Amino acid sequence: MTEAPLGLLAELTHRCPLHCPYCSNPLELAGRSAEMTTDQWRDALSQAHELGVVQMHFSGGEPLARRDLPELVAHARGLGAYVNLVTSGVGLTGDRARALADCGVDHVQLSLQDADPARADRIAGARVHTAKRRAAQAVLAAGLPLTVNVVLHRANIEHTGEIIELATALGADRIELANTQYYGWALRNRGALLPTPRQLAVAQQAVEQARTRYTGRGPELVYVVADHYADRPKPCMHGWGSRQLTVTPTGDVLPCPAAGVITTLPVENVLRRPLARIWYDSRAFNAFRGTGWMADPCRTCPQRHTDFGGCRCQAFQLTGDATATDPVCTLSPHRRLVDALLTEDAAPDDTSQPAFVMRTQTAS
Amino acid sequence: MTGPLDTGSPRLRPGVRLTHDHVRDTDMVLLPEGVLVLNETAAAVLGLCDGRRTVAQITDVLRERYDGVRAEDVTELLADLAERRVVSLGDRQGAGLDDPAGVRPDD
Repeated sequence: MTEAPLGLLAELTHRCPLHCPYCSNPLELAGRSAEMTTDQWRDALSQAHELGVVQMHFSGGEPLARRDLPELVAHARGLGAYVNLVTSGVGLTGDRARALADCGVDHVQLSLQDADPARADRIAGARVHTAKRRAAQAVLAAGLPLTVNVVLHRANIEHTGEIIELATALGADRIELANTQYYGWALRNRGALLPTPRQLAVAQQAVEQARTRYTGRGPELVYVVADHYADRPKPCMHGWGSRQLTVTPTGDVLPCPAAGVITTLPVENVLRRPLARIWYDSRAFNAFRGTGWMADPCRTCPQRHTDFGGCRCQAFQLTGDATATDPVCTLSPHRRLVDALLTEDAAPDDTSQPAFVMRTQTAS
Repeated sequence: MTGPLDTGSPRLRPGVRLTHDHVRDTDMVLLPEGVLVLNETAAAVLGLCDGRRTVAQITDVLRERYDGVRAEDVTELLADLAERRVVSLGDRQGAGLDDPAGVRPDD
């Protein structure tokens, strides 16, 4: 039986002052005029609440780019939802942080690109690192708990130790270090982002050292592994259509933030159909629920209830078949596709840094 | 040896909120990156973690409400919730202040 969703990822806008090449937003970004209005977002949030969503993640793009963010936060909090703001921190002044806290933000996730300002700004494609440090102070001064998010890739992963130190000094209660997932702009830049095995070992060691150092105190450290190097796939979304849904700036409703890449699935939209109908009845949300859709080797695999066959989007992107086993799995007949990527893009002795294709609103 | 579980006054960590979900008719704790569904015991214990009551006082209140409350069960539950970063145990009785936000690496 299908259970109600717990979480909503509300991608309020694709507009963003940063141009990070690892962004998982789609290559075709929605412009301001295509975004849902305040009333449409309010209605979507209310529908999500009625459906059973208790946690709302306000993200983007940069959610602060929406002038109505305080209204939407207040609406979500008025529904009783936990409000998590996922932000680059650009524009998050002390006043704005206090106002958002008053409106009901429960927690802030602030992204950093690297520890060193010049390197961080190069990855962001904008001079923003200093503003982010001020944003962290503004979050703490507003009395809000802070998670620092860092996406790791070839250009910053060797600085994992420094990044942890900086995030800790900035007052993070939680540090999330996530190896890049290859969707959207990140897929476009995969050749420049995939870390080498040596780099991964450096990061792993830095995380372990920090964990030892902070045992019983200090921030919580979350490290998301580089799944191309794993031999079993990630339990993507804890299963398709099981816990969370994503609403994009234009109102498209997706089982995961990347699901738009699966072109064989119809795309639902909250402006055209009630959210509850989309969650329970739509073909898109039911396509990979449970285990009935699985082919070999997943179908009989004892791991199928814990990894759910891995990521449907990755299976589709690499094999063209969204029902295939995630090719990351060494039991997949397509694992050689992932091995080939690792050999071509991340040879152990390759220290070159190919140019990034920076995320821009107009490129496609 | 005494520790926070003997002397401390547990409270919800910053960014943690208790709620009753009407869709599922259940108590939940909402965390920065997740949700814990609570049974009645856990909900009762967490409802008493106000940063002032000690673990012993929490146990006393529970005994007024329920039969057969064992101190070691309360202690074990709170240790588990501390491990999951739901509560901080606090080692200063009656402390109402938040943890210092910035723990420096070399402190």
